Amino acid sequence: MQARRLKTAVAIAAVAALAVGAAGCAESERDGDSGEAKTGGTFIFAGAGDPKNFDPIFNDDGESFRPVRQMFDTLVSHKPGTAELQGGLAESWEHDPDGKVWTFKLRQGVKFHDGTPFNAAAVCFNFDRWYNMKGAAAQSQMIYYMDTFGGFAKNEAEGAGESIYNKCEAKDDGTAVLTLNKYKGAFPGAFALTSLSIASPEALTKYDANTVKQNGDSFEYSAFATTNPVGTGPFTFGGWDKAKNEITLNRNPDYFGEKAKVDKMIIKVIKDESTRKQELRAGTVQGIDFPAPADRKALESEGFQVVNRPAFNILYLGINQKNPKLKDLRVRQAIAYALNRQQLVQTKGPGGAKVADEFMPDTVLGYAPDVQKYEYNPDKAKQLLKEAGAEGLTLNFYYPPDVSRPYMPNPQEIFTVLANDLQAVGIKVNGVPRPWNGGFKDDVQQFGKHDLHILGWTGDYNDPGNFVGTFFGRGKAEFGDQSMNEMFDAITKADATVDDAGKKAAWEQVNRDIAAKWLPAVPVWHAPPAIVVTKDVKGLVASPLTDERFNTVSVSK
Amino acid sequence: MSDPITQAGTPAPRPGDDKPRPGMSERSIGLLGDRKKARLDELARAGVDQGGVSLVRDAVRRLRRNPVAIVGAVIVGLFVLMAIFAPLIAPHDAVQRFDELTKNLTVDTIPGASGDFPLGSDPLGRDFLSRMIYGARQTLFVGVLATLIGLALGVLIGAIAGAFGGWVDVVLMRLTDVMLALPSLLLAITLVAMASRSSQWTVIFAVAIVSVPIFARLLRGSMLAQRESDHVLAARALGVKERNIVLRHMLPNSLTAVIVQATLTFAVAILDAAALSFLGLGDPDINRAEWGLMLGVDGQRYFEVRPELAYYPALAIIVVALGFTLLGEAMREAIDPKNRR
Amino acid sequence: MLRVIVRRLLQLVVTLIALSALIFIWLRNLPGGPVEALLGERATPERRALLTKALGYDQPILVQYGKFMQRVVTGDFGNSIRTGDPVTEVISRAFPATIELALAAMIIAVGLGVPLGYLAARWRGRSLDNLTIAGTLLGISIPIFFLGYLLKDVFTQNIHWFPPSGRLTTGLDNTNVTGFFVLDGLLTREFDASADALWHLILPAITLATIPLAVIVRITRASVLDVLNEDYVRTAEAKGLRHRTIRGRHILRNALLPVVTTIGLQTGALLSGAVLTEKVYNWGGIGTLITDSISGGRDYPVLQAIILLAALIFVVVNLLVDLSYAFIDPRVRVR
Repeated sequence: MQARRLKTAVAIAAVAALAVGAAGCAESERDGDSGEAKTGGTFIFAGAGDPKNFDPIFNDDGESFRPVRQMFDTLVSHKPGTAELQGGLAESWEHDPDGKVWTFKLRQGVKFHDGTPFNAAAVCFNFDRWYNMKGAAAQSQMIYYMDTFGGFAKNEAEGAGESIYNKCEAKDDGTAVLTLNKYKGAFPGAFALTSLSIASPEALTKYDANTVKQNGDSFEYSAFATTNPVGTGPFTFGGWDKAKNEITLNRNPDYFGEKAKVDKMIIKVIKDESTRKQELRAGTVQGIDFPAPADRKALESEGFQVVNRPAFNILYLGINQKNPKLKDLRVRQAIAYALNRQQLVQTKGPGGAKVADEFMPDTVLGYAPDVQKYEYNPDKAKQLLKEAGAEGLTLNFYYPPDVSRPYMPNPQEIFTVLANDLQAVGIKVNGVPRPWNGGFKDDVQQFGKHDLHILGWTGDYNDPGNFVGTFFGRGKAEFGDQSMNEMFDAITKADATVDDAGKKAAWEQVNRDIAAKWLPAVPVWHAPPAIVVTKDVKGLVASPLTDERFNTVSVSK
Repeated sequence: MSDPITQAGTPAPRPGDDKPRPGMSERSIGLLGDRKKARLDELARAGVDQGGVSLVRDAVRRLRRNPVAIVGAVIVGLFVLMAIFAPLIAPHDAVQRFDELTKNLTVDTIPGASGDFPLGSDPLGRDFLSRMIYGARQTLFVGVLATLIGLALGVLIGAIAGAFGGWVDVVLMRLTDVMLALPSLLLAITLVAMASRSSQWTVIFAVAIVSVPIFARLLRGSMLAQRESDHVLAARALGVKERNIVLRHMLPNSLTAVIVQATLTFAVAILDAAALSFLGLGDPDINRAEWGLMLGVDGQRYFEVRPELAYYPALAIIVVALGFTLLGEAMREAIDPKNRR
Repeated sequence: MLRVIVRRLLQLVVTLIALSALIFIWLRNLPGGPVEALLGERATPERRALLTKALGYDQPILVQYGKFMQRVVTGDFGNSIRTGDPVTEVISRAFPATIELALAAMIIAVGLGVPLGYLAARWRGRSLDNLTIAGTLLGISIPIFFLGYLLKDVFTQNIHWFPPSGRLTTGLDNTNVTGFFVLDGLLTREFDASADALWHLILPAITLATIPLAVIVRITRASVLDVLNEDYVRTAEAKGLRHRTIRGRHILRNALLPVVTTIGLQTGALLSGAVLTEKVYNWGGIGTLITDSISGGRDYPVLQAIILLAALIFVVVNLLVDLSYAFIDPRVRVR
């Protein structure tokens, strides 16, 4: 254990770099620049929180996905830097006209980290594993699976629907055929979900991956999830030193795609954003995620590369129509007109933020260029309020003071500014702060105690259903009105449309109607989260989905 | 963070002294936080050693000659004046956003001083100077209320324990022992975490609770010391009702020590409130101009954009905390029988 | 002596059980909580219900508490809600970090505080004395997190003397034996790891030391002043004993008593200060754990264990101080 020091490691890495260099050059390079970069060395990246564990299916947050994405691959993947789909473990895929039978042509010669082969049987093993998962503890952790497939062979949750998964067949080694009971707009985008990454069947079995033990009021995960995750990705699992908050990933020399340029990647967990920045400056980490918006300019001027991810999120001001006054469209429109969103973006938006007119970014299919826009117009707001007889309205505005989300770096300030705007047109605002995990989401999403609230969403894949469908696809306490059936029906129909042109048209109409007719909430902004690396780091491609794979990254020194 | 009773200025138990002293006696190898209790008991007795009125007169006379006390009193006085007359002194409203300021405001630039706004903008385009001035008011509010609530609860518990004695005393004192045993900020954090909703009041309450056992202990000690004192015995002999003895005679005589402690508690209260804000557990309403909140939230977040946002509230807090500490300690010294010769 | 200790321990157990019941029941009646924390934006009514059931929150609170106590008896405090690690493991990982920091802070506070206090008392009223007093007053009036921020900004960002955060340089390959990184390095002869850990320790320790330092200086000063006026010191002086003898035998020894007491008392203040210091320096100790388990994810199993642990430590330290007290002062005999 001794004398394996950082410096020694770097020296060894340098030697290794020379040896591996030749092999590295043979690889197809995505761009000419990264071809010149030396391989080897260690890339240290500061994340913002602890991962939960490393079993993709039991995770649903970015901090857990960051290491998982380096170790696992999905059937379908994203073109680097975009939300567009491309082949992953499946080279190509096709579906029948109903969208129920999906045939995947798999990449050949791929091996899991444990040396077992990746093939159609392995794919089906994973699908069957998810579908047949037993126990409330395990099922309750499979958020994305539930999102996509809707249910299990045997549901633990009362009221959970029937699964749309039917079966998976390995036609031959290279062809997996997935049969669904019903088409859903989420496909094929959902096949690129990190949660649905393909893991080694042997390791899953050996390390007892399906056992999630409930111990009192918490869960204990299997050895697969905590110490032995095995996938096909460009890095293999090295270890998680919890005393030092470091996750070590080692280069996978047998990776089927572009092999990792560095020998080792360390993910260091630093929860405080200003500390992440300070570590970057001190040179102890080469990259950080989610810098504070206020620090981006300074970091840039100091020579760091501040990369804005294309915004793939939305912040909205939700309106609860349980309040009869807010059931009047004119009052909701008055609220929209009252907000000076342009000024909010200018004064508090992170670099690159844009005022939002729709509930999804314009890169998503079905974004309508011609929806009704609500430019800042306090006079019109006052007039609308007067027409609706809602002058002197008092509203309870819920906000979470203690959280920072990529779409909402500082809710306290956003609330204060928005509330100020509303006061200016004569709406009395009663601010109700609730801790993010201490009742905010419960009060807003479950009990609907609020009149107004701010909340948002980061997209999982390029599909309007993932945005608009999630928010307004069914009656929710969050927006109060359970009877906006016209809206729910329109969204259900759009989501069930299989052909692309029809889908696009249907979603565009939904977006137009949401803005003009329904206005269940006011879209506020799209705010790009950033990632910062030092000058020496090359080849980083920031993803709108925060789906960064660090195999292309090299560190020159 | 800090706890007034364990802090500086605590006259040390004097070794080699012949008189039995609470901090040293065999009895003291007892329960939780003994030294704290010993200190409090000593202070409690100090307050009632002699008749109330002459003691106060004496103490005030000594205070007037003490430069430390004068410095403390001047700081506290200025602070209170600023708080009371904030609307008259402040050039602008504390929560209004000004177009002149928001015009040049972005998330990474905060406009500095300009004609109408001598200290420039805060992170939301409000006048920083006015917020600093109004800050005195809110800070005083938080400090005073936290102290008062702590005092009221402490006095209630202490008075009941001291007045009744017996098992009531035992139970109540055991309760305060447990509270004394917990680290103060940890107790405050726990209380905030345990509050079902966060507001300015959770902060005030959490900070107040920390001082409850201190006041309770203090008052009880003082009451116990008086139970057998001449004037109480005299009153009892004259047939004054027990309730009246407690309210008219014992309580007023105990207050000197309590006021001294309250002055010291105030400094700790505003420091703890600031610490809670820093931990993200403070007052969630950033419209409110309160120094601890300004330092803990804006000061931290925009430290590199405009460090003044941290420096000025920090400076204000330090000066005011210092003022109250100086005044409190000078007062404590003044009523200490040791110095009364 | 033994009987006192046993009695105290019994009292301790009773207190802890009462406290645990209170905290357990209270925490679970708060709005929000682990279910909300785990689900994030993706909560739907069905998911809430399922997770509530999976975590056992749908059972009556007393049943939950009963099960909790059942496991506690076997030393099992449950698992962290976030990572699924056993709480005992989580805490025993964070514990050495805080102790290391607190110990370092105490060494600084005592090492600087006692001599300073002594010197200030010797030269009472001189400029050193006045300066010291002013310094200590400032020390207790400055918000400790602000001081930490300033030190960090100056010494890690403007002049790069110290690392900004953490306990070891990232990627340094050390062997974890006890969790005290400075000690570990010495034990395994990885001296560079020791040095690295020490280098990371300095700024946080200084920050945390401010308040105890101020208190110790003042106590020492007051205590030495008291002793200086005592008859036996005057007698010793009159007898013409050498100053060094007087200082060593009489003054310091007698003055030390209240200082030792104060050190014990400062444990509480240190724990409070550690919460702030650890947040400033991203120090993975108990302080970080407690703030994380509140705002980060409502990690109730961790939170309740820490609160109980904090109470436990304070009581135990107090007991130890009482015992050491008895050793220093022969007149105090523990019954």
